[in-house]
Amino acid sequence: MGDNKGPVEGCFQLMGGAFANAGTASSELKIVLTNLGVPQDITRRAAIAAFEAEMNVIIHAIAGTLHYEITPERIHIDITDMGPGIEDIELAMREGYSTAPDWVREMGWGAGMGLPNIRKNADTFKIDSVPGEGTTLEIDIFLSGGRNADNK
Amino acid sequence: MELGKVVELLGGTVVVSKKDGAFDITAVCTTDMMSDVLRFARRGELLVTSLNQPQVIRTAEIADIPVVVVVLGKKIGKEMIEMAEKMSITLLSTSLPMFTVCGMLYAKGLKSCVNGR
Ligand SMILES: Nc1ncnc2c1ncn2[C@@H]1O[C@H](COP(=O)(O)OP(=O)(O)O)[C@@H](O)[C@H]1O
Ligand SMILES: [Mg+2]
Repeated sequence: MGDNKGPVEGCFQLMGGAFANAGTASSELKIVLTNLGVPQDITRRAAIAAFEAEMNVIIHAIAGTLHYEITPERIHIDITDMGPGIEDIELAMREGYSTAPDWVREMGWGAGMGLPNIRKNADTFKIDSVPGEGTTLEIDIFLSGGRNADNK
Repeated sequence: MELGKVVELLGGTVVVSKKDGAFDITAVCTTDMMSDVLRFARRGELLVTSLNQPQVIRTAEIADIPVVVVVLGKKIGKEMIEMAEKMSITLLSTSLPMFTVCGMLYAKGLKSCVNGR
């Protein structure tokens, strides 16, 4: 990755409610990072953060995009959706807080651990939301000089 | 613990077997909530679940979990099998309930994924 080929980028469309393909974008990102030789711990953190964010669009929003850009310094992931947005971000960031309906919980989602775990795995994390319009997440994971949390 | 030993111990069936699957499992994550796997499980652990959804396999792949055990003989559908094949996740099935599976693995010295507690 030290060469001058410029950033590696990718963009995926996400559809609310589309559980059958849910996670495809994050799996693809994981493959790209692995092929670039990014250390396993960092790849795993990026994949987990991306996956939780991707699932939030599938579960809570109508439609969105996941875009990533990888440079020698960092993995940048931004996830934007059109959807209900989040009224109280502080509350949504709390472990265990979830508005997911029962049928989502029956599929294994809705533990209310997603947003806090995204923040935990990210080196920088930004969330913006406009109720009634949508939500944007920006996640950076450093490839050089960052910590190595690996979910400990 | 080797995969073969796990299968033998649980009287399980190997539904999907990863080709070069030489494992040494030392810790176990047990949950039906995918975000708990993503939060608490660590690389290389065994996941025990009663959830028979393809999303379990996706989650295992994202979290670097090589082996998934589905308990209570829950029917494992075509989609889940196909996803395990595609993602090289070893998928086991056992008719035993969650409690018994965990008790047996615990008795063999395997640890929990939550800081060994
Ligand atoms: N993209 C989103 N659009 C609307 N609401 C969201 C979005 N992401 C998260 N939320 C809200 O924040 C809550 C907590 O999110 P999270 O921690 O991922 O838990 P979970 O998804 O398991 O409910 C959700 O239950 C939901 O109310
Ligand atoms: Mg979530």
